Amino acid sequence: MADAVVKSDPTEALIASLAMPDATWAKPAREDALARVRTMGLPQRRDEYWKYTRPDTLTQIGAPKAAVLVMDEAPMFDEVDRLRIVFVDGVYDAEASDDLSLEGVTIERLAAASSDLHWATCVYGVLEARGQTPVARPLAAVNTAFATDGVLIHVTGKPNKPINLVYHHKSETSDAILHNCIKMDAGTEVTLLENGPAAARFNKVLEVEIADGAAFHHIRAQGRDHERRAATHIFSRLGAESEFHSFTMTVNGQLTRNDCVIELTGDDAIANVAGACVGDGDFHHDDTVFITHDAVNCRSRQVFKKVLRNGATGVFQGKILVKAGAQKTDGYQISQALLLDGDSQFLAKPELEIYADDVACSHGSTSGAIDEDALFYLRSRGVPEAEATNLLTLSFLAEAVEEISDEALREDMTVRLAAWLMRHRG
Amino acid sequence: MLSIKNLQVKLEDEDKQILKGVNLEVEAGKVHAIMGPNGSGKSTLSYVLSGKGGYEVTGGSAHLDDIDLLDLEPEERAAAGLFLAFQYPVEIPGVGNMTFLRTAVNAQRKARGEDEMSAAEFLKVVRAKAKDLKIDAEMLKRPVNVGFSGGEKKRNEILQMAMLEPKMCILDETDSGLDVDAMKLVADGVNALRSEGRGFLVITHYQRLLDHIKPDIVHIMADGRIVKTGGPELALEVENNGYADILAEVA
Ligand SMILES: Nc1ncnc2c1ncn2[C@@H]1O[C@H](COP(=O)(O)OP(=O)(O)OP(=O)(O)O)[C@@H](O)[C@H]1O
Ligand SMILES: [Mg+2]
Repeated sequence: MADAVVKSDPTEALIASLAMPDATWAKPAREDALARVRTMGLPQRRDEYWKYTRPDTLTQIGAPKAAVLVMDEAPMFDEVDRLRIVFVDGVYDAEASDDLSLEGVTIERLAAASSDLHWATCVYGVLEARGQTPVARPLAAVNTAFATDGVLIHVTGKPNKPINLVYHHKSETSDAILHNCIKMDAGTEVTLLENGPAAARFNKVLEVEIADGAAFHHIRAQGRDHERRAATHIFSRLGAESEFHSFTMTVNGQLTRNDCVIELTGDDAIANVAGACVGDGDFHHDDTVFITHDAVNCRSRQVFKKVLRNGATGVFQGKILVKAGAQKTDGYQISQALLLDGDSQFLAKPELEIYADDVACSHGSTSGAIDEDALFYLRSRGVPEAEATNLLTLSFLAEAVEEISDEALREDMTVRLAAWLMRHRG
Repeated sequence: MLSIKNLQVKLEDEDKQILKGVNLEVEAGKVHAIMGPNGSGKSTLSYVLSGKGGYEVTGGSAHLDDIDLLDLEPEERAAAGLFLAFQYPVEIPGVGNMTFLRTAVNAQRKARGEDEMSAAEFLKVVRAKAKDLKIDAEMLKRPVNVGFSGGEKKRNEILQMAMLEPKMCILDETDSGLDVDAMKLVADGVNALRSEGRGFLVITHYQRLLDHIKPDIVHIMADGRIVKTGGPELALEVENNGYADILAEVA
């Protein structure tokens, strides 16, 4: 029976389990994405960029159960004057959200944006599609095809406060697919804050089109729920003299795969992507970054730090591709893990591929334990061992956290990381 | 104050005996100096007293007043009033010097059941003491010892000592790497702390430091033992003649 054959194919089975929303303007992009999914198939262990991370719980039909964490600390970014847009298990919460009007931006929800001549047509699924070569990212295409909601932000000026996407996880089996698009006009500037786990399992895509001279700032915290699973993608394309800054903090989470795909297409652009993650026990965190330099005199920085204990696993796959003609490229990449015991592991695959001759690229990857000499030095001054270990651990993470330019946000991240270390010591 | 009896120490991972029965009494209010050839065990003694790992005590004892030091964690020894100025101060990237100092001061206060120092009070005190040692504000902001010159690291050790006000201070070659002026600053810093209730054990190779910090007693250490003890004149003898005569005499 033909029917049975189709169902035994996991890709077709997953497709059959999902429903494509019928947003008029996004329909062609969704259909194209679906075709991409069919061509690529779902990620598998044998794929080059899935060697270190098992994709099965991300691709299976339905979310594996994830207990809901009862929060015992103040919400993130509480002190910041911001425009909040709240999603609960992937569903927009109008009551908890602020009014979506803000000077310098127009904000619409993906599920509510119905105009046929929508500006987002030139972003939605477009950057994702570009990011499928040379490395296939099927989960992102699944997202484009089936995303149920998200926000579409057109930045036309410099809004006076950040936009905050707040995600709550309330159901143990929620499975969310959210797609956010940002289109920045030339010379504009915006800050996007994201926090919380979007669901028991979530698949999120963020596409950011940055025109000449615009600056995008992104600070993300992925929540503290232990069992949640996440696959996220950021796709961004940068014009001349534009800037992209993204920082992600991950504490806990059974499985996290964060892909970041950046294309520097205009001269003198800057892209910085950083991450700090801390994991204890059943924790697998994978940062996969691909930065393409395709213009002159651009700078990119990747700074990733991981603190792992009790059998936690960290993965870093970072690539800098410098195309022919992308002269004066300055590419920097560092990925480091601090292993607080012998059970934890860090798997790193740093890559450089360079086709221009006048470039300065460097990459480094290390993993190691706490520096015993530094620990003794601190203890000899009276600092108790646990406190000294935490101080050294925070200082290890600091290099990534310092990528956040806003001092208050940097401090907030540091406080959260310190609190995690206090909860997970010894 | 510091009472070391027949202390024997070997390396933990190797069958190598380093201290072979050290006897030493430092009384409150006194300055004792230890001199001795390279590799004789001076730094090992200071490390073992402050609780560094990697060594195994195979015999003997070490007390600070009536506290058995060898029983305690390094941080407990510090809280009990022991301080070691390191021969090679450690660089700690990412931890600011100020944060380090404040954490240390408050950790010790807490361990002794005292109130923590307020941020404002701390700042005032640290600035004054740093000024005496010609440590500028910029150095206080930098990560601990990172990018400090040899002499700056040694001055930073003395600043820590001044902030922590320990009762027993061990200085391991604090003079090495110091220029003449810095030596004077460091000596002034030490002399300012000299008091009836405080003891010093100064490890050095050179008479010059002892010109500034006048010792009451000088010990010569060789091959893991104190082989000779005398007055300040013993340091002058070493300065003039080296160790050969002394070692021959005790052999
Ligand atoms: N952790 C260690 N591993 C191996 N050998 C060690 C260790 N610590 C000390 N030693 C050895 O013990 C001996 C004493 O060393 P120590 O550093 O105490 O000497 P010192 O008297 O301070 O010398 P210096 O005047 O050169 O500073 C040396 O032979 C040294 O190599
Ligand atoms: Mg020594």
